[in-house]
Amino acid sequence: MSDATQPDTAKAGPVLAADGTPLKRSLARSLRVQKMRAMALIAPLLIFVLVSFIIPIGSMLFRSVENGMVEQTLPLTVVELQAWDASTGELPDEPLYAAFVADMVIAIDAKRHTRLGTRMNYEKTGMSSLFRKSGRQIKKLDPATDGPFKDQLIEIDKKWGEHETWSVIKTHSVAITNGYFLNAIDMQRTPDGAQAQPEDKRILITLFKRTLIMSMIITCSCIALAYPAAWLLANLPARSANMLMILVLLPFWTSLLVRTSAWKVMLQQQGVINDVLVWLGMVSDASRLVLINNQTGTIIAMTHILLPFMILPMYSVMRTIQPTYLRAAKSMGATNWTAFWRVYFPLSVPGIGAGSILVFILSIGYYITPEIVGGTKGVFISNRIAYHISSSLNWGLAAALGTILLAVVLILYWAYDKIVGIDNVKLG
Amino acid sequence: MKTKLTALVVTTALVAPAAMAQEMTIVSWGGAYSKSQLRAYHEPYTAKTGVSIINDDSSAEAVAKLRAMDEAGNVTWDVVDVVAADAIRLCDEGLAMEIDADTMLAAAPDGTPASEDFGDLLVSDCFIPQIVYSTAFGYRTDLVGDTAPTEICAVFDTDAYPGKRSLEKRPINNMEWALLCDGVAKSDVYDVLATPEGQDKALAKLDTIKDDVIWWSAGADTPQLLADGEVVMGSTYNGRLFSVIEEQKQPVAMLWDAQVFDLDGWIIPAGLSDERKAQALDYIMFATDTQRLADQAKYISYGPARKSSAPLVGKHADMGIEMAPHMPTDPENAKNTFLYNYEFWADYRDDIDAKFQAWLAK
Amino acid sequence: MAETGNHDAFVEFKRVQKSYDGEILVVKDLNLSLPRGEFLTMLGPSGSGKTTCLMMLAGFETATHGEILLGGTSINNIPPHKRGIGMVFQNYALFPHMTVAENLSFPLEVRKLGKSEREAKVKRALDMVQMGEFGGRRPAQLSGGQQQRIALARALVFEPELVLMDEPLGALDKQLREHMQFEITRLAHELGITTVYVTHDQTEALTMSDRVAVFDDGRIQQLAPPDQLYEEPENSFVAQFIGENNTLEGVVTSISGDTCVIKLDNGDEIDAKPINVSKVGERTKVSIRPERVEFNKDRLNPKAHTLKAKVIEFIYMGDIFRFRLSVAGNDDFVVKTRNAPDAIKLQAGQDIEIGWLPQDCRALDA
Repeated sequence: MSDATQPDTAKAGPVLAADGTPLKRSLARSLRVQKMRAMALIAPLLIFVLVSFIIPIGSMLFRSVENGMVEQTLPLTVVELQAWDASTGELPDEPLYAAFVADMVIAIDAKRHTRLGTRMNYEKTGMSSLFRKSGRQIKKLDPATDGPFKDQLIEIDKKWGEHETWSVIKTHSVAITNGYFLNAIDMQRTPDGAQAQPEDKRILITLFKRTLIMSMIITCSCIALAYPAAWLLANLPARSANMLMILVLLPFWTSLLVRTSAWKVMLQQQGVINDVLVWLGMVSDASRLVLINNQTGTIIAMTHILLPFMILPMYSVMRTIQPTYLRAAKSMGATNWTAFWRVYFPLSVPGIGAGSILVFILSIGYYITPEIVGGTKGVFISNRIAYHISSSLNWGLAAALGTILLAVVLILYWAYDKIVGIDNVKLG
Repeated sequence: MKTKLTALVVTTALVAPAAMAQEMTIVSWGGAYSKSQLRAYHEPYTAKTGVSIINDDSSAEAVAKLRAMDEAGNVTWDVVDVVAADAIRLCDEGLAMEIDADTMLAAAPDGTPASEDFGDLLVSDCFIPQIVYSTAFGYRTDLVGDTAPTEICAVFDTDAYPGKRSLEKRPINNMEWALLCDGVAKSDVYDVLATPEGQDKALAKLDTIKDDVIWWSAGADTPQLLADGEVVMGSTYNGRLFSVIEEQKQPVAMLWDAQVFDLDGWIIPAGLSDERKAQALDYIMFATDTQRLADQAKYISYGPARKSSAPLVGKHADMGIEMAPHMPTDPENAKNTFLYNYEFWADYRDDIDAKFQAWLAK
Repeated sequence: MAETGNHDAFVEFKRVQKSYDGEILVVKDLNLSLPRGEFLTMLGPSGSGKTTCLMMLAGFETATHGEILLGGTSINNIPPHKRGIGMVFQNYALFPHMTVAENLSFPLEVRKLGKSEREAKVKRALDMVQMGEFGGRRPAQLSGGQQQRIALARALVFEPELVLMDEPLGALDKQLREHMQFEITRLAHELGITTVYVTHDQTEALTMSDRVAVFDDGRIQQLAPPDQLYEEPENSFVAQFIGENNTLEGVVTSISGDTCVIKLDNGDEIDAKPINVSKVGERTKVSIRPERVEFNKDRLNPKAHTLKAKVIEFIYMGDIFRFRLSVAGNDDFVVKTRNAPDAIKLQAGQDIEIGWLPQDCRALDA
């Protein structure tokens, strides 16, 4: 722009459209309709993602620390517990017992006391029946007239006269707790801070490690099996490639349970593979191989189930690698192997990367297959999560475990980005 | 507007009890068990009332699903079949409705009130017992040699009975059997199991056969493992073993010793609308009366939960064999039995399960 | 056509046939030999078998029958990587995951050259194509012309004696292509390498090559230097394929030595040079180049036959004038004249008379 025109525009202010409105506003208006239409088009997806993904994840994160139940069920007691110094080793005084009875009478009426019992039972064995049984007695008390309550409660159940009962309630009365996360890493919340679980209850760290290691093994065996298959797919003429592709996709069309159960029939000691091996004389009848209900079973079955997730991204990347690259390499004097290793392989790495991320993340959260064929040594952390969701109802712990799993995936993803580069991931 | 609305509410309230919902969702376990319920309860009920019944085979996940439905504020189930332990859990969580047996359940034909007829089996305020089943062992008659096992400790005797055995992948029952076979008196089992030392003792006993165990998590596993000859003996529900032995004619026999009695029955989810609650109660009143409970035993070898039903148990509806000898409640079978201790496991399950899983993973 | 069994030949195809499906021969009995240092272009329409020949020479396709010799020894059973032939591909085939320098270094690494030697050769090769400062770039960061140069440098860096190029300039725009044509021929001659170049672009073939092999239908139709190919096509395919050409059809009425008379289908008679015709009564297609048509009667032999023509269109092209005429029922008869001061500008609709020297009009196969 020349110097002469500059003052002009400055004076004139914003550029105007033909009808005198500022051009920017005019433009924004004309674009608004387009934007609205675009929004309307993606709105269903956006809402779907929000409802089915963002909100559940948010609620999981919240649930892993949320512990409002104690405060809601026993509001007066929690206040009194703040005043009680557990470290003296003395039992609380009458006001706390009175507050507790007052809280309980309301809670029993609303049938909330047994829920609290279940919640406290995660922390201390016996709390479940303590709340349930005591509830039947406390129901009969009138907080206004029947005091004092300390002796009456201890009469109802001697556990109310135990220091530990109250200190456990106090420890877990905070509204936002780290207790579930501590439990998730084999620790526990105690009045004296975080402490390790007793050795005979430590299981989750082991499971986390096992999940990661086995997922890596599964990913590696998927790479080893998928690579030649994907190469073949990418290099066969279209007709045979389509046929082969159907074979690759076939597992997708069969129910997961059926496939996993089929592996049971194949792998068990009286199963097909062992029968064949015995028949061939490679294995004696007395020492049939244990291929299932252990880690081997999980690895075999999961490798099979996840294989398509490795083959497909590999295939779509390999299909884009022009055969002339290999020809060029050979024309320059490279042997088949050098041409493959120096040229083809590096170009196929994005496919391996994409497949690996897919398979690894899927396997890290896998549940059904390890449950069916994993026995005791081949189960994953997700089996424990499932247990806490559906059997123990300890959803807080399940959420904490899930959150850790999510964090592990994100960390690995970040590490992958640092080491290999996320640009090096292609799905086609 | 306001008056209109009130009028509407009044009309609905008046009309509702007369016209009950024509459809209800009943949740159960699926398979042969649901089929027995269909023939013994659902079909007669539909014939009587015209209410159509939708089956949902979700009992295995019923507790978690009910809790999720409750949180979402939309309970779609009307009656749910659960094991007693789950019923207790649901009751504690406030997810199941409390039942007054004497007013809500039918009395026996001789007038005995329901609470007496069911007796001790009313293990929770919310639970309506239906059947007594047991978790027992079955063994391959062709794989145990000349002396068939007659008592529970054969499970731990890998010298006399080599081969794999299948046990459920949870501490319940296994811990009791381990202690029994480690010399603990039956009456002391739960006292011992309540102590850390007792738990260690049980796990130590289980440790002696750990390498020989295939752990199951679905009731169908053991029958399949037995049929395939993968295991020499294994625990499962007696009804499943009945079907392996009598229907599939596999070389399998029952080991009736220290089998653990357990209960299965109905709960009604809490927070149903009055209309649906009335409907559910009507169904329950019908389906748990003396005759109906006895009828179910025609289709599956589980004992009716009412005392008054026992004499009415007859022959299998299709195979024509006498069902009584296959019932876990038959005196011949019930010489030495265990009753699932609900109170104990409600308290100790979280703790012992963690230890059990840690032990399994070792 | 070149004789077989030439002992001076550096590259030699001997009775080579190729079929992919066992039913159709893509290459039919190919014989070709070229001496060291020659720049030979295989020219032909797509599907004519030229690329297949190149691929057989490179070793990516095997000959179904016949023998291919390199430096006097048969290479039929030598795998491509042992043939030591440099190759430039149509889409360059630069390795996208390597830098330019790494691309160039690749053939040297494969040959296990030392690091310093490699670097020196890479630098020299890059300088040779004026790409010295681009060694650190990735191929994707280069323009098409730059990639072309790199591909060329990579094919030359290990100093092969024979370089094959498969339509290397096809993806470039016209100006760049012309520039690269010059570059490639310059380098080929400077380095004294033997080059086999495949293209379907006749201008490229004519401007670059020492000799051109025109392919059609799996055979070499003519193998000749560019000028000979243009001026003395041996058959009507070559005449049509190379340069602009006017065709008239008719029957031979007399032959006398170097000239013959052709009676066209409309009854007019013309003079021609008999090439593929040997006896009277034979049908023929005659070929006349547009720039050899004369409509200034003064320049023609007084006895020469002339044809009546009508100007349909006049196109001004700057350096030349181009006329489209209707001649003997052919409405696409093209004539070109140089834009000289004395040039005649014909108007559309004008009736004229045209003729040519007999030696410029070739009577070819029908």
